[in-house]
Amino acid sequence: MTRESELKYTSEHEWVEAADGVATVGITGYAAGQLGDVVYVDLPAAGTAVEAGAVIGEIESTKSVGELYAPVSGTIAAVNDAVEASPELVNSDPLGDGWLVRIEYSDLPALLELAEYQALTSES
Amino acid sequence: MTDTLPTQRQSPLHDAHVAAGATFTDFAGWQMPVRYSGDLAEHAAVRTAAGLFDLSHMGEIFVLGPAAADALDAALSGRMSALTVGQAKYTLLLDDDGGVIDDLIVYRTGDDRYLVVANASNREVVAEVLRDRAEGYDALVEDESDDVALIAIQGPKSKEILQNVEGLTGEEQDIDDALGALRYYRALNAVYAGLPILITRTGYTGEDGFELFVAPDAARSLWDALLETGAGAGLVPAGLACRDTLRLEAGMPLYGHELGVDILPAQAGLARAVVTDGHDFVGRDAVLRGDAPEPDSLLAGRVLVGLASEGKRAGRAGYDVLNGDGAVVGRVTSGALSPTLGHPIAMAFVDPAVAETGTSLGIDVRGTRIDATVVPLPFYKRESNT
Repeated sequence: MTRESELKYTSEHEWVEAADGVATVGITGYAAGQLGDVVYVDLPAAGTAVEAGAVIGEIESTKSVGELYAPVSGTIAAVNDAVEASPELVNSDPLGDGWLVRIEYSDLPALLELAEYQALTSES
Repeated sequence: MTDTLPTQRQSPLHDAHVAAGATFTDFAGWQMPVRYSGDLAEHAAVRTAAGLFDLSHMGEIFVLGPAAADALDAALSGRMSALTVGQAKYTLLLDDDGGVIDDLIVYRTGDDRYLVVANASNREVVAEVLRDRAEGYDALVEDESDDVALIAIQGPKSKEILQNVEGLTGEEQDIDDALGALRYYRALNAVYAGLPILITRTGYTGEDGFELFVAPDAARSLWDALLETGAGAGLVPAGLACRDTLRLEAGMPLYGHELGVDILPAQAGLARAVVTDGHDFVGRDAVLRGDAPEPDSLLAGRVLVGLASEGKRAGRAGYDVLNGDGAVVGRVTSGALSPTLGHPIAMAFVDPAVAETGTSLGIDVRGTRIDATVVPLPFYKRESNT
């Protein structure tokens, strides 16, 4: 199946790929499209403790500022340096090279399946 | 009005935008394209080649009759009677307190005929105020916005593209020559697909360009013809997102950001659009007094400046401007990372004491102070004009 269907989602337009206690997080193509061309991302430093639902970063486009929410509680294990240097990766490959952070977690909260997330975005 | 929810209005070009893969936004009750390929690419196309904008949501209000010129003189901050036929003027509609109800471009399209172009969000207010102010004059105010589509072609390649559009002809002379001779802020009557079309050399991007007022029925065919003609020259459809960064770089005020009923024209650097000499109009006395229209406004007593910063993080509308001690001395009204210049720019209203070019200030970007320097407006100016 497509990569899209293998991921989990939040209502704040993050995608999550969780495996072995590490969650890779990015924003969805829909969110990137709504935001416009991303020109700057501000991400937390590795080692930072984060709590699910809290704002942990900012994604600026030419037009506006979007917030990145932590989908899980835990510790930042890695930050995508490539996207800090080339923010346009968030637009060109949001589910791949445009990933933002990796979070080490102990409990994974309930997240949305692709169909549920799609239902959410088709309303707007 | 009815009880039903307001429906989003669609441009006569809506299907063309859908086919081009546009993302839409709600703008003043209209569903308008915010971007097609991407903000930065569209922005760059306008600066280096050309971009095509659908502005059908704008208001087109005609003022007609033997006293149309007198009525507009009394209603607006500039002297519209001084325009020759075919000439245009940027002007302001002020309230009794000198506050800006809207900024307008007025075209004199005949001896007894003016076209007033208003911002989409203000169309009804402008028509109503003009109607009130035309009372007692032998003049008629007609809001014909629904019967006029508006397409703008902006960028250095605009003229060349427009000159080659098939089916576009001059009313009296060859369209090629007519467009070549058309000066900035002038209008030209032409014919497209058998229908009259008004071509004006105006715009809101800081580039050379044209605005085309056309019947809604002919809009789609003109839009397609322009895109086809301009494809080889780099013309792309351009959305409202890049329009905003373009006008910001060009230092052009936007209603609701740099202009509003709480702002006097001089505060926004628009004293030149206000002709108080031998010209009486609504708001004149208030403008001469210079008192803030709304003293409690955050912008009262403050003046518009340009701010330039380093890095990538931009101040946005509503952010505080700070002095060296961290005290709030102003407010950002528009801001973005400038696609052309590569650094953040912002327009802000600040206390006159810190408005001088070169002054070091700060912007509170969501809790982080970024340094900003007062710079002259516009941020970007095209190299030459023809």
